[in-house]
Amino acid sequence: MTAPPAPPADPIRLHKQLDAVWRTPAGLGQLAAVNHSVIGRRFIVTALVFFAVGGILAMLIRAQLATPRSAFLGPDIYNQIFTMHGTVMMFLFAIPLFEGLAMYLLPKMLGARDMAFPRLSAYGYWCYLFGGSILLLALFFGVAPDGGWFMYTPLSSRTYTPGINADVWLIGVTFVEISALSAAVEIIVTVLKLRAPGMSLDKMPLFAWYMLVTAFMMLVGFPPLILGSVLLEVERAFNLPFFDPARGGDPLLWQHLFWLFGHPEVYIIFLPAAGVVSTVLPVLARREIIGYLWIVVSIVALAFLSFGLWVHHMFTVGIPHLALAFFSAASTAVAVPTAVQIFAWIGTLLAGRPQLKLPMLFLLGFFFVFVAGGLTGVMLAVVPFNWQVHDTHFVVAHLHYVLVGGFIFPMLAAAYYWLPHFTGRSPRHSLGTGAFWLIFIGFNLTFLVMHWTGLMGMPRRVYTYSPDTGWEWLNLISSIGGFLMAMGFALFAVDLFLQWRFGRRAERNPWSAGTLEWATPMPPPAYNFASLPPVTARAPLADARDLGTELARGRGYLGFVRHGWLETLGVEITSGRVEQVVRLPRPTYLPLISALLTGVFFVSVLFKLYALAVLGFVAAVGSLLLWSVTSGDRRDRGPLPIGCGEVAPPHSEAPDAPSRWAMVLVLVADATAFASLAFGLLFLWVVAPNWPPPQLIEPGLTKSALVIVALAIAAWSGGRALAPGFLEAPSRRDLQMIIAAAAQTTALGGLIAILMIVPDPTRHAYTAATFAILIYAAMHAGLGVIFALFGLWRSRNGYVSAVRSLDLRIAVLWHKATLGIGVASLLLIHSLPWAMGQ
Amino acid sequence: MRLPAFRFTGPAVAAVGLTLAGCTGPLSTLDTAGPAAASIATLWWVMLAGAMALFALVVALLLAAFVKPGSGAGTRPLLWLAGGGLVLPAFVLTPLLFYALWSGERLLAHPLSGAIRIEAEARQWQWTFTYPDAAGGPRSTVNVLHVPAGSPVDLRITSADVIHSFWVPRLAGKIDAIPGHTNMLRVVAERPGFYRGVCAEFCGTGHTGMEVLVEAHPPDEYAARLVRLAEPVH
Repeated sequence: MTAPPAPPADPIRLHKQLDAVWRTPAGLGQLAAVNHSVIGRRFIVTALVFFAVGGILAMLIRAQLATPRSAFLGPDIYNQIFTMHGTVMMFLFAIPLFEGLAMYLLPKMLGARDMAFPRLSAYGYWCYLFGGSILLLALFFGVAPDGGWFMYTPLSSRTYTPGINADVWLIGVTFVEISALSAAVEIIVTVLKLRAPGMSLDKMPLFAWYMLVTAFMMLVGFPPLILGSVLLEVERAFNLPFFDPARGGDPLLWQHLFWLFGHPEVYIIFLPAAGVVSTVLPVLARREIIGYLWIVVSIVALAFLSFGLWVHHMFTVGIPHLALAFFSAASTAVAVPTAVQIFAWIGTLLAGRPQLKLPMLFLLGFFFVFVAGGLTGVMLAVVPFNWQVHDTHFVVAHLHYVLVGGFIFPMLAAAYYWLPHFTGRSPRHSLGTGAFWLIFIGFNLTFLVMHWTGLMGMPRRVYTYSPDTGWEWLNLISSIGGFLMAMGFALFAVDLFLQWRFGRRAERNPWSAGTLEWATPMPPPAYNFASLPPVTARAPLADARDLGTELARGRGYLGFVRHGWLETLGVEITSGRVEQVVRLPRPTYLPLISALLTGVFFVSVLFKLYALAVLGFVAAVGSLLLWSVTSGDRRDRGPLPIGCGEVAPPHSEAPDAPSRWAMVLVLVADATAFASLAFGLLFLWVVAPNWPPPQLIEPGLTKSALVIVALAIAAWSGGRALAPGFLEAPSRRDLQMIIAAAAQTTALGGLIAILMIVPDPTRHAYTAATFAILIYAAMHAGLGVIFALFGLWRSRNGYVSAVRSLDLRIAVLWHKATLGIGVASLLLIHSLPWAMGQ
Repeated sequence: MRLPAFRFTGPAVAAVGLTLAGCTGPLSTLDTAGPAAASIATLWWVMLAGAMALFALVVALLLAAFVKPGSGAGTRPLLWLAGGGLVLPAFVLTPLLFYALWSGERLLAHPLSGAIRIEAEARQWQWTFTYPDAAGGPRSTVNVLHVPAGSPVDLRITSADVIHSFWVPRLAGKIDAIPGHTNMLRVVAERPGFYRGVCAEFCGTGHTGMEVLVEAHPPDEYAARLVRLAEPVH
């Protein structure tokens, strides 16, 4: 073991050394950026641009509805506008905005130097930018989606939307969702593994708890939507009738899949904002938040409950009343964990000495608007009342109260609270108070009145109305309020620009906050902390006000540069004990290249160039594999000194490396998607009309047994390569990987053989869903071949040793998951004909 | 920076103003003309009163935090967390849920002898109603639904193409018309007259214009009126 490189005595020299390895290159090199501060800012700025687009669309809607029988917009354009308003605000503004905020803040709050997978951040950003651009271009060319942001079938099916509009939605949104899933994986692993030494779970800032729970919700919330979108696109492109009731499909399946995602989505958007409230409010109330543990428990409870109430969007589809009562109870029960948080905040304010500074003003706006939205939410969960106001402007008013109250107001507070951190500047004079009042008054004028418009019977998504309905004044007031609000946002934008450009230099930690992000210089350098702090309390800065200077002098952990590596620490999940040195990648163009190739795939599917799509897919997977060339180590290093007299192994030699967790999380999302697909088949069997199908599928036991045995061999031999006696002996472990690859190839062949006997999948949803399940399993076997061969390649090129087995352990996880999915698929396919025959 | 004190009188003024503006309107859920709509309107007024009380409580607590800073410094956190977070919602929500379940149950189309059956089929962008039990053979109308005043009518609702939703706000809540499914809605119009309805589920470019009119006839004239209608076209 060597001594740690001596930290330079001078903080400036330390900064220069660290900056040289961490900073993003200038010029074209910006395209190679992987640093979380850079990517986080890009997410935020791009999201704000999309917010402006969504806002302009909203203004067009309000202009159209301001007067009855308006000739401003016709239904064709109007339908595109409201569909895009919802889609942009949900998928291209709200989610990317908090992803950006989380990427920027989390490592700094947790005392780390970057996110766990910086290249994945960059890849996610490009996917978001490209996917969002597809949607914007479609709007520009007048072929934007026009079926409503929830894209109900059969209206969105080929028969009733023959153009490209619906495909744009399905493909653009799915492309963007790659970034949501990658962000989910990355946020979870970062929060669990990349914290400062000593930061145990119960010392974690609440914002990290909120983001952890949110990311888990994204991980299981998005797969049903992605799966539903894929099925609908396959129905539109290849006529597989998943949602066509004439052929055993069911439009309600889409609604279930959509809202299975769509309701958690609301909490996915709310929780990060609530995390902002829980962070900013105690600082400005000059008191520690009350009920830390209560809040943690209530956000976990909220996450679980939110997956049990999607049906409250479907109270009018004819589901039995008792089932509705269950979902109604679950929907009102969500009020409990929300109320716990509201009263924790109120109690903190009452116990503290709150300052009415600008962020606090926006937090008060949040309380006012969000609580009102929560109360109408309880009303909507009441089944009979829902029968009246569902799909009216009452719901439009409610959802804006919840989303603007529960997201925009906290995010505006966040903007003013963290702006000095982003820019290093403080306001001289702020236009923020004026912006607040314009937004607040404009918002309430628009949407408070709109509740009444809904009760007066105005349905959603009508492009005009006649003057005898009694809705004219209400709509005119809403429109005036809407334009006031727009002026408020314009003033906010101007204010941000002025502060960024002309603000005075901010002092460090201007709010006297306790969380670690305020220990970085402002604006922060690419590496955040010149050395990493040991953490012993929830508010590390509260007891040590000069912690920032101490860290800049290199007095913490890793206060040096070793071999030009980008290093941060990985900890044991619960205790926060140091476990490994995580080496992070340098700036690289690979994420951009991979995203471009992914884009080739999506755009080819959009334009039905399927040969090119296959090429794009293969190239994208190939480019993702290339990422690994610069990861991993070809030498055993042993424990490395990390400063403060301690040592830790590099992550390539640690048993619990971040990438292993990433694989586990990917498999969780994968299992959710598979479960949604299996649910789809069973749902159609039980609920859809025109069942049983004209023809049952008998795959034959021999082929299925062959597939299962082959998958079991792959999982077994993959694991055997890691066993003592194999791992140290390159030829023996390589042989196991060859066996695994051969077994996966056999399984793939078996699954294709079963696929061949499935009768025409366009005839009935049963054959279509069976076909889809088999394809799903076959894709896993195909990727299993790649994983086995990849392990072999890594092994033969020196990346694997007795202590460096990460690549092989990740491959085993995949083989096991493939075995699970293979067994479940074949069980389902064999048992369903038997059950229908009974 | 010190900002002017808040005045949270805005919503109260707005609420009064709105109430004065009236609840009447050809499509108003609060200007009821049938028992289902009436029962839901009562539910709304009860919930509105409760919601305003809770809202006032939250606003008052927030005001207190700024008007008398530190006034809650002596309060045990558990009071807020358990009292406000658990006890308060439990006391409000449990009775609300039971009340809602009970009133929802009464509105359902449980089998009822004597209820008049009418088939409703939606398509882009019109409603076709079929009266299978009309004297002298089935009759059919487009976009106008004839019902007898004062009697329960059970609509069997489906769709021939995309999803639509049948909604006549002054009479009852809405229910979706979904291809491949048949949903039931019980409607009672208390008095003879015309009641307007709209399609509530977005169904394409003609969604806005997809209106429906319910014509409630005096009970003794209903049978004769049906006979004069056209026979169904197949």
